[in-house]
Amino acid sequence: MSVRVERMTTPARTGVWVGIAAIVLMVAAFTGALIVRRTEADWIHFRLPPIIYINTLVLLASSATLERARARLAAGSHWLAITLGLGLVFVVGQVLAWRNLAGQGLFLATSPSSAFFYVLTALHGLHLLGGVAALAYLLGRVRRVQGVAGALDAATLYWHFMGVLWLYLLLLLTLQL
Amino acid sequence: MSVPTTAAPPAAPHHGPPQGFLWKYVFSLDHKVIGKQYLGLALVAVCTGMALSWLMRIHLAYPNLVIPGLGRLSPNGAPGGVMTPEYYLSLMTMHGTIMVFFVLTTAPFAGFGNFVLPIQIGAEDMAFPRFNMMSFWVTFVAFLVLVSAFFVHDGPPISGWTAYAPLSAVGKSAGPGQGTGQLLWAISIAIFCVGQLLGSLNFVATTLDLRTKGMTLARMPYATWAWFITSVIGLIAFSILLPACILLILDHVAGTSFFIPSGLVISDALQPHTGGSPLLWQHLFWFFGHPEVYIAILPGFGIVSQILPAFARKPLLGPRVMITCMAAIAFLSYTVWGHHMFLSGMNPFSATLFSVPTLIITIPATIITLLWIGTLYGGKLHFTTAMLFCIGFVSVFVSGGISGFFLAQPSIDVYLHGTYFVVGHFHFVMGVAAMFGIFAGTYYWFPKMFGRMMNETLGKIHFVLTFVGVYCVFMPMHYLGLHGDVRRYSAFTDEYMKGDIPLHRFITIAALFTGAVQLLFLYNLARSRFRGAPAPDNPWQATTLEWTTSSPPPFDNFGGHHPVVTHGPNEYGVQGQAGDYVMQNSPEQRPAGA
Amino acid sequence: MGKVFAVLLTIITIVSAAIFIRHTWWMPPDISLHGVRIDHQMAETMTASGILFVLAQLVLAGFVWQYGDRKDGRTVKRFPGGATPMVAFASILVGAEVLTLTLVGSKVWAGIYQSPPDSGSLRIDVQAEQFAFYFRYAGADGAFGGTHPDLIDDANGNFFGLDPANDTTARDDIVAGSLVIPVNQPVLLTMHAKDVGHAFYVPELRIQQDFVPGLVIPLHFTATHTGKFELVCTQLCGLGHYNMRAYVEVKTPEEFTQWLKDQAAQQ
Ligand code: HEA
Ligand code: HEA
Ligand code: CUA
Ligand SMILES: [Cu+2]
Repeated sequence: MSVRVERMTTPARTGVWVGIAAIVLMVAAFTGALIVRRTEADWIHFRLPPIIYINTLVLLASSATLERARARLAAGSHWLAITLGLGLVFVVGQVLAWRNLAGQGLFLATSPSSAFFYVLTALHGLHLLGGVAALAYLLGRVRRVQGVAGALDAATLYWHFMGVLWLYLLLLLTLQL
Repeated sequence: MSVPTTAAPPAAPHHGPPQGFLWKYVFSLDHKVIGKQYLGLALVAVCTGMALSWLMRIHLAYPNLVIPGLGRLSPNGAPGGVMTPEYYLSLMTMHGTIMVFFVLTTAPFAGFGNFVLPIQIGAEDMAFPRFNMMSFWVTFVAFLVLVSAFFVHDGPPISGWTAYAPLSAVGKSAGPGQGTGQLLWAISIAIFCVGQLLGSLNFVATTLDLRTKGMTLARMPYATWAWFITSVIGLIAFSILLPACILLILDHVAGTSFFIPSGLVISDALQPHTGGSPLLWQHLFWFFGHPEVYIAILPGFGIVSQILPAFARKPLLGPRVMITCMAAIAFLSYTVWGHHMFLSGMNPFSATLFSVPTLIITIPATIITLLWIGTLYGGKLHFTTAMLFCIGFVSVFVSGGISGFFLAQPSIDVYLHGTYFVVGHFHFVMGVAAMFGIFAGTYYWFPKMFGRMMNETLGKIHFVLTFVGVYCVFMPMHYLGLHGDVRRYSAFTDEYMKGDIPLHRFITIAALFTGAVQLLFLYNLARSRFRGAPAPDNPWQATTLEWTTSSPPPFDNFGGHHPVVTHGPNEYGVQGQAGDYVMQNSPEQRPAGA
Repeated sequence: MGKVFAVLLTIITIVSAAIFIRHTWWMPPDISLHGVRIDHQMAETMTASGILFVLAQLVLAGFVWQYGDRKDGRTVKRFPGGATPMVAFASILVGAEVLTLTLVGSKVWAGIYQSPPDSGSLRIDVQAEQFAFYFRYAGADGAFGGTHPDLIDDANGNFFGLDPANDTTARDDIVAGSLVIPVNQPVLLTMHAKDVGHAFYVPELRIQQDFVPGLVIPLHFTATHTGKFELVCTQLCGLGHYNMRAYVEVKTPEEFTQWLKDQAAQQ
């Protein structure tokens, strides 16, 4: 094994930053499309399903638990497991939100506003699942090997970003839909 | 595995030498294997694309010619071996798509970049070998999805590589190939974006974090600089195209209307869509599309900047200016997308806004060209095949760049837009210049990749015939454009275009000739791979790190030790221990007077 | 090898340039009011960049000819002055060229696409569809009937979706398959597409404009010569793209009035 040197960044951290940049751009493209599309007559305004506010709290809580997990890594990995659980709860919550919309007769193709809701939340959900996978991987490793701090660092960064991204989407969707 | 020597190396990926065929050659994590896989994919793609261009050219010059076997391959598209007009468009769409995405993004960037970049910066591998492997296989799947469009009932899409909506969005009522074929196209490109995002991410992280001791940014070889800048552009460009493709796919399968406006009547049926914006697709596509063309050419800039000094035996003129100019082009490339849309119905005022940065790009481009030409001045030029392709690159880039200068002015684009002038322009810069970059890279790095030299005599014949051939193919396209001949036409039946058919025949003959010449290259590749003379470590007496290790390099690139860099890549024409150059890791002092 | 290349490049450069200079293939004669300015801009650009093209290629050929390695132990020479003066020179030269061409060119552009149409323009409604153009004249009442996509019925000749039963202004609209215009009179087109994107290109008129589904795009110009010219579609619109065309007939005002009368009588 080659030895690590102390550097300002690790590849994992750089990688996550670069990934964040890519996701931001992607969301920017969608936002641009949304703003262009919003001016048309077929845009239907609707209220967001209330469950997504609960989801928001869950996601924010998961960021806090992850910070705790990081601080207490030596003491065990249960905070990590809790974070992972909260992440999954969020995803389930999203599915419920979609079903709620579908119940109101708002489907993907009903109006561009509903389409953007589905597309943006699905995009966020997919990326969040990526984060869940990373946490699961770390959970597996933290028990067996030492020295996952760097990777956990990077995963935490990504997870917090998922929270920030969600807040942005929530703001965008409440203001625009 | 590598034991740390005095200089602690930067964090390197921890994977051992692969065991077994599958892990060694198929799902390999080794950047060198992945680079070769990309090049192999590009080779398959370029042969497909080239074959398509032959069929297209034959159809344009001799529309009624029976092409043996084609009728069997596509009973609908070419009944009895005679191509239908719509089949021409299918082939053209596939030609453009394959060439732009699967040749010009994969070979110069992902292919050579993967193989060379980690070695040039003294790393053991890319930062994320798993992502790297996924990047290739995802791209490979994208290629399969695209090619599968040939075998679906209606054939490939007919809406060009730009897939303008609503033609591309409304489905099969818009024409043959616009149903399943077009959907496969959109899916393929979306997958491709994912692959390239993974790749770009890797390039950025690797260049930033895995440089060996002493490899400061200022000492980074120019090709690495170019790949690094390209990966930044790629990251932005593909992050925009991916959402665009997702929306296009949804318009296709889910009945949404992002790009389809209200009140369309297609094939006598009023469409159910409402309110979408066709211009939105164009903006998103070109916001990706223009940077994409620099993704195609910038690695070529890097390769030429790397190879010219090695064979002129003198340092590159103005290396810092060169890097600054490349970065400037990368930055400007995001401000010019509207030059493809001067006449698209967007606000005419913005035409001027897009035209100015487009014209400004010619300034760094001119400087780069002059730096290359200035590098040749007073040198001791060794005309190896790689060098010849670099010099050829300069020539065709000038030709194609200057025709871009016409198109960049809205007042001239009024006349030239949508004509063969544009086709001539982009084939010179992209189909030829960027391709010459690939050729130069192949002749230059082949010894390092396979441990064998390529045949130089064959190489030189290949170069001369290709060089003359491409000028005969693509220069006349400018004349056609000036005369108003419209691109993407399956046949020239308008009165004023009929007279140009002899020129089209000339182009076709030249294209078939140029294509045939490429068989020499393929033969040379195959022969040299197995029978070429064994290659020494540093056959070209070049300075960069890849030439300090064996040919081909061992699994971890430097056989367990980590090079320490003490010089820049530009030490040619000096008095060094080894000759008129100093290797980047040479312990000797920088010679006086250099 | 260097010399072979240098000779080839020189020949290629001279032949390529000669064909441009001799106008072996060139734009057809211009028949529009604004066209001279476009032709002028084209000529300026052609001269300026033509000189740079020939210079760049010939200098490249010259260096390749001159500096091939002759194994005479000669040491390499530096480029006089290094990169800086050359960079400065190039930036100023190209910068000045870009600036001049933009200043002139943006006026030419603005004159065509950003200027309001003449108030006395003849207005013609143009519809592009797979794979034909249709032109609509307002008729005697000077007003265009409304269009309804759901009424479009090509088989019965209702290309625009007019509703003459309920809409009196639609009754006298004249629909034609060629663009017939009077010479020396400003023409204002309102362009819209029925199905997918198309484009309007008449090389002699030096004008081109896309049709975008969902948008109505105005375009105006004045023809200065009578005659019959081809209008072609330059936006890929499907399998018949290459076959999508119409004639532009520029007539004297008398002929034009007569033609309108004949059309009105037929419909
Ligand atoms: C590798 C690919 C590549 C590169 C490098 C370029 C480079 C440039 N391109 Fe090109 N372009 C394409 C690929 C590329 N292009 C493609 C694929 C299309 C068509 C897409 C489609 O519709 O299908 C296109 C289309 C296209 C258009 C739209 C035309 C139209 O559809 O109407 C325009 C308009 O501005 C344009 C401009 C330019 C300019 C100004 C440059 C500049 O960067 C060029 C700069 C270089 C030089 C100028 C040469 C060196 C300089 C000198 C020797 C000095 C002296 C010269 C002068 C000052 C004139 N390009
Ligand atoms: C990389 C880009 C590329 C390349 C190389 C080519 C190569 C060629 N192209 Fe293509 N072309 C496009 C990109 C390219 N094209 C695009 C984007 C379009 C627009 C499509 C659209 O409108 O939607 C187009 C359209 C296009 C048209 C216009 C169609 C139309 O508007 O109706 C024509 C017509 O003649 C044409 C011809 C040719 C010919 C004859 C060749 C070749 O035959 C020239 C000879 C080939 C070579 C010199 C290269 C061979 C290289 C190798 C064998 C080795 C590579 C090595 C490794 C990978 C290791 N092309
Ligand atoms: Cu209509 Cu092309
Ligand atoms: Cu462009």
